[in-house]
Amino acid sequence: MSQLKRTPLYPVYKDEAKLVPFGGWEMPVQFSGIKAEHERVRTRAGLFDVSHMGEVEVTGPDALALLQQLMTNDVSTLESGRIQYTAMCYPDGGTVDDLLVYKRSDERYLLVINAANIEKDVEWIRKHATGNVRVTNVSDETALLALQGPQAETILQKLTETDLASIKPFHFQEEVRLGDVRGLVSRTGYTGEDGFEIYLPAEDAPVLWKRILEAGEEEGVAPCGLGARDTLRFEARLALYGNELSASITPVEAGLGFAVKPGKGDFIGREVLAKQKEEGPPRKLVGLEMIGRGIPRSHYPVYVGEEEVGEITSGTQSPTLKKNMGLALLQSEHAQLGNEVDVDIRGKRIPAKIVKTPFYQRSKQ
Amino acid sequence: MNLPKELKYSEEHEWVKQEGDNKVRIGITDFAQDELGDIVFVELPEEGDELEYNTPFGSVESVKTVSELYAPVSGKVLEVNSELDESPENVNDSPYEDGWMIVVEMSDPSQLDNLMDADKYESMVSE
Repeated sequence: MSQLKRTPLYPVYKDEAKLVPFGGWEMPVQFSGIKAEHERVRTRAGLFDVSHMGEVEVTGPDALALLQQLMTNDVSTLESGRIQYTAMCYPDGGTVDDLLVYKRSDERYLLVINAANIEKDVEWIRKHATGNVRVTNVSDETALLALQGPQAETILQKLTETDLASIKPFHFQEEVRLGDVRGLVSRTGYTGEDGFEIYLPAEDAPVLWKRILEAGEEEGVAPCGLGARDTLRFEARLALYGNELSASITPVEAGLGFAVKPGKGDFIGREVLAKQKEEGPPRKLVGLEMIGRGIPRSHYPVYVGEEEVGEITSGTQSPTLKKNMGLALLQSEHAQLGNEVDVDIRGKRIPAKIVKTPFYQRSKQ
Repeated sequence: MNLPKELKYSEEHEWVKQEGDNKVRIGITDFAQDELGDIVFVELPEEGDELEYNTPFGSVESVKTVSELYAPVSGKVLEVNSELDESPENVNDSPYEDGWMIVVEMSDPSQLDNLMDADKYESMVSE
């Protein structure tokens, strides 16, 4: 087994966090506890080290053409300073990865990809690169902090003169001075709350981590691990690659049809995805609430009567709802809201019903 | 790590407290609850069920994972801590008191000899 990678923040929190292997990285799964951290992000603010995520620069006169060929979303509609969520697919519609595209200028884009997929994605992108375009993997020298929660803006504003209220959701600003360091500040996240993601040089990350925790003491900011990140994104129904998306699951099946634009022209996977959007996909991602006692977990089979109709992709006890919930990929004919199904929980069939997603949605002001 | 000296411990992280010649109370250790994190669900057998040494008799679920419970002795379940249905967090807060799981009448008390004392268990988990 190869050595686990560590982020530049590892030395800062190694003694206070519980560390686990995740996608080839040694990452903090929790600091004080998953439920407490989850609650903190929903009510105040949480700070996450997500430096394991990958960053790839795509630049040059043919950058847009390459991205249009690779991405399911229409990158040509993206304006400078804005961010687009998209998928990247195989010819059969299966998903290579889901990612964010940052447009810096007409010939400069930044892609933010999943940690476990970095090598695969970079290889895939380079394989399709033609003409005058450069693909640079800057993951190792880039750190990423996520400050999430209703108090995120108040806290981060203390460190900068840039008006953060002017950075709207899915917008970003580069070279923002935050105390002694500079970074790209993006109004994005993976928790279902308001918040920011800050990209900065790896060596500056420890300083900013400490500054944010100090600045947010009054507002109750807490360091949070990947455990809470997972329960937060789960409640907000944000897909996790490897669970809701994979090489054998299309973005349309995963309910991400909004990021698939067959009308934009040719791209990899278009034929299959266009058909699925038009006729409906063979499987659909649904939310489940357990009726019987038990917690659904990833890969547990789901039955209607004696017929296996799909499986759980993610499941846990929702810390906000205090209910046992799951996301499941089911054959479309069984995916209607309100239907009852059985989840095979370690050999026992436990009833559940299909409910609306997301399980949690923050109230907008 | 809290490991009371009067208890015996299994390799699967259960504690066993002898409460009579053939009667034992069983739960999971402070080390186990800490490793699992926030416990949100405990599944236990029913009174009268028979347990077989070293086979699963229930499960403990945290937010993140499921962990099976292995019977540290064979025997018949006399009592079940039904409060854990409503308050599974008792296992985190009080693993040796409020977080107890079952009371068993042992069919073979010599199985207690397979268990570890506190010192031996501590050296096992700190490896």
